[in-house]
Amino acid sequence: MGKEKTNKGKFLGQLSPSTKNLCETVLGLLVIYIVIMAMGSMGKLSNSFSNLLSGLCIYAIIAVGLNLCVGFLGELSLGHAGFMSVGAFVSASITHAMADSVESLYARFFIALVAGTLAAAIAGFLIGIPVLRLNGDYLAIVTLAFGEIIKGILNVFYLGKDVNGLHFSFVQDNSRELGEGKKMIINGAKGIMGTPHATTFSIGMVLLILSLVLVTFLVDSRTGRAIQAIRDNRIAAESVGINITRYKIIAFSISAGIAGIAGVLYSHYLSTTTASKFDFNMSILVLVFVVLGGLGNFRGSIVAAIILTLLPEMLRGLSNYRMLIYSILLIVMMIFNWAPAAVEWRARHLPKFLQKREE
Amino acid sequence: MSFVSYLIAGISLGSIYAIMALGYTMVYGIAKMLNFAHGDVIMIGSYVVFYAINSYGLPPVVSIALSVVVCTCLGIVIEKVAYKPLRRAASLAVLITAIGVSYLLENLALLFFGSDSKSFPDALGLSTISLAGGKLQIPGTTIFTIVVCVIIMVCLMLFIKRTKAGQAMLAVSEDKDAAQLMGVNVNATISLTFAIGSGLAAIAGVLLCSQYHVLNPYTGALPGIKAFTAAVFGGIGSIPGAFVGGLLLGIIEDLSSAYISSQLANAIVFAVLIVVLLLKPTGLFGKVVREKV
Repeated sequence: MGKEKTNKGKFLGQLSPSTKNLCETVLGLLVIYIVIMAMGSMGKLSNSFSNLLSGLCIYAIIAVGLNLCVGFLGELSLGHAGFMSVGAFVSASITHAMADSVESLYARFFIALVAGTLAAAIAGFLIGIPVLRLNGDYLAIVTLAFGEIIKGILNVFYLGKDVNGLHFSFVQDNSRELGEGKKMIINGAKGIMGTPHATTFSIGMVLLILSLVLVTFLVDSRTGRAIQAIRDNRIAAESVGINITRYKIIAFSISAGIAGIAGVLYSHYLSTTTASKFDFNMSILVLVFVVLGGLGNFRGSIVAAIILTLLPEMLRGLSNYRMLIYSILLIVMMIFNWAPAAVEWRARHLPKFLQKREE
Repeated sequence: MSFVSYLIAGISLGSIYAIMALGYTMVYGIAKMLNFAHGDVIMIGSYVVFYAINSYGLPPVVSIALSVVVCTCLGIVIEKVAYKPLRRAASLAVLITAIGVSYLLENLALLFFGSDSKSFPDALGLSTISLAGGKLQIPGTTIFTIVVCVIIMVCLMLFIKRTKAGQAMLAVSEDKDAAQLMGVNVNATISLTFAIGSGLAAIAGVLLCSQYHVLNPYTGALPGIKAFTAAVFGGIGSIPGAFVGGLLLGIIEDLSSAYISSQLANAIVFAVLIVVLLLKPTGLFGKVVREKV
């Protein structure tokens, strides 16, 4: 018995801190999942709460994705809502377009999920090539610009289907030109309507854990260390032979792909998907989750996303003040965590466990 | 003739962008930060004018002066409370704080003024000028906007070239520490920059709303980002650059919404930003600065 115990201790000791951290987080999520499922089977969950559960997973996933970009790459992206919309529109279009050829909703959803994620990652890759040559504020504003461009294009994009296949057009509604068996899939600013609800809490949870595992392994790998070196000192990293653009693009595309997963779930969570939902406000909301949970701390992002999505639901009376409180939180958190004077003050007056951990 | 009238409308829109771009370009040049909240200061300034005219019946000139005073104070307060503590922090932290301030102003406006769009009064009350036998109609506001923009540019350039405070601004934008050693009050200079930028924001707000007659808490956000685009286009930190960049951007936006698609106009403007940053990241009038470790 005693021998086994020491072996077990040794095994846990061999794990790197981040892997240990990951195991704990996944375990925590599984416990939450089991408790909620048990409560659900006993009929203790209200309808509105079980509706909310998938939403929680979606926000947690996009927060993890954005944290990879902001916390680990150190570049602020204000366009992640754009990648989310790419995932949402591609996947919902596929679910609609294959309605006749593939019977099972979940088979269609799986194809749509893979396609939506890939599309968002490819969009991240294509946008990353020009954008990631820039730094700091310019990069942030260009990602914002791309988010707006994606939104602008999707707002005037029409996609229809008839017996001859798919037809698309810009600006002009092409529904009249379609032949027999016509059905509009993307309806310009009105978006995609009547997407089947395929997103469930279980699927959301599985994808959340998968994304978390992916980013943790990425961060722990040689690639991850290169990415962190770029964040900490770009010029020094470059001078030891790290290919800046390549690693930035890797991190950015994966981050965009994770945003795409969130988008896929989002479009199959709400029946109507419009481009205007994925606006700047959405990007900011996710940024609040990331900043509040701690830059570079994935577990923190998940906790912040869950708490900040649940709180407004519980405190309905505060709904008018919700965004106001978020914006104040954003400013206070930034000053408290980053201002040189505040950091010094914390070092002097706060107990050790409240201080920022050195990495 | 329609082309000429689109062009004039574009120049007028561009003049507004140019005045807004001044705020971005001066702050970026001196504090090396993107003041995301600048567009929202414009919105607050417009609300001040709106309520001063509609609720208190003040004459337009007094309301605009009041708005300039309010915006100037607001700019100084924002700088002191939110940006000053972070002056030596990472640029990511400053940018996120600026976004927070922008969001705070929007949500405060939402709470106090409501989310409905107000129809902004024609504060200037200028008549339309007809040229070429009535074929070409130019609204008086358009001409006024262009004239105001030119006057502001000339005054600002003279201020920076001829006055001590202006020279201090140049010195701080060049090298903060060296300027401090030479006896320049860096804090006061940065405050002055924010004050001037925000005061100009009030004027830009009045001109913007006099043209579109619509005012809501989000009025300033998108034009603000476009004005930053204009500042980048012209070369960040350069005053003539802001002027040229603003004009070009206004013309591009107006012509593309007239001849391509009004829904795609924003996307085209942002595409311009991306192309400029990729081909000439320093903008039309910007200086190349080498980075050192």
